[in-house]
Amino acid sequence: MTTPAAFLTEEMRQQAIGQKSEPRTIDVEKGAIVKFAQAIEDDNPVFNDDMAARDSRYGGLIAPPTFLRSVGVDRPSYPFDLPFTRLLDGGSDWEYFHPVRAGDRITAISEITDINERTGRMGLMIITTIVVTYRNQFDQVAATQTSTSIRY
Amino acid sequence: MAEQVYWDDVQDGAELPPVVKNPTTQQLVKYAGASGDYYQIHYDKDFAMNNDLENVILHGALKNAFLGHLMTKWMGDQGDLKRLACQYRGMDIPGTPVTAKGVVTRKYQEQGANLVDCEIWLENEKGEKTTPGSATVALPLR
Repeated sequence: MTTPAAFLTEEMRQQAIGQKSEPRTIDVEKGAIVKFAQAIEDDNPVFNDDMAARDSRYGGLIAPPTFLRSVGVDRPSYPFDLPFTRLLDGGSDWEYFHPVRAGDRITAISEITDINERTGRMGLMIITTIVVTYRNQFDQVAATQTSTSIRY
Repeated sequence: MAEQVYWDDVQDGAELPPVVKNPTTQQLVKYAGASGDYYQIHYDKDFAMNNDLENVILHGALKNAFLGHLMTKWMGDQGDLKRLACQYRGMDIPGTPVTAKGVVTRKYQEQGANLVDCEIWLENEKGEKTTPGSATVALPLR
């Protein structure tokens, strides 16, 4: 086995870290929440039934914890070409600060906070840590999502 | 609605009620539509096989959602999910059940909140933990 030539230099790492996406804003619609809850097969009334949710302490529908995925925030672009076409999602670490309610307007921005290369059983891989910050219409951070993306 | 769990009654090492899921290719399509993640490895078998996969695979984010379901179901209406983390270590394919499980690892009070940390994971039919993770919830007092 020969060691593949290292791709990522320290200079490239520093160029990539801090790269941000354009902000993306969506209005959280009741129907989108219910559709998401149905897709993950979670029948909790606070995600599915507006009338029942009105009697909960939220006073209306709220979104399931991973609903914010559906905001569809762009990934930050890399300031160089990556010689890989394949992409795997390594995992996610969410922190929650405010519930996401039907009717909220959520703005998301993603940012590269770390990037490294590693050689695994699939060959050379670039592992990027991306933090997405989701803010609501009151400029409160509703949640942050730290995810690991693997390109190989 | 499920009975509310109270912080006072939680014990270290207690198991969370498991949530069993039976994902199908139809569910993957529904999830793709609901989440907007249309990466073809989750519904196009030819595409998946051209990416060195044997079959279409579950979205990592769907597995993340299953673990979210485990936590929100357990913590009840009065609970607050503070953190939910998982790693996609192993792939899961539609047509085989996965079970979301969890165990309480720490119970503590911090800045006025009554918190519980849990180790959580998705387990396949062979008992392999394909998606290990952790979560923190705030629970009400009695």
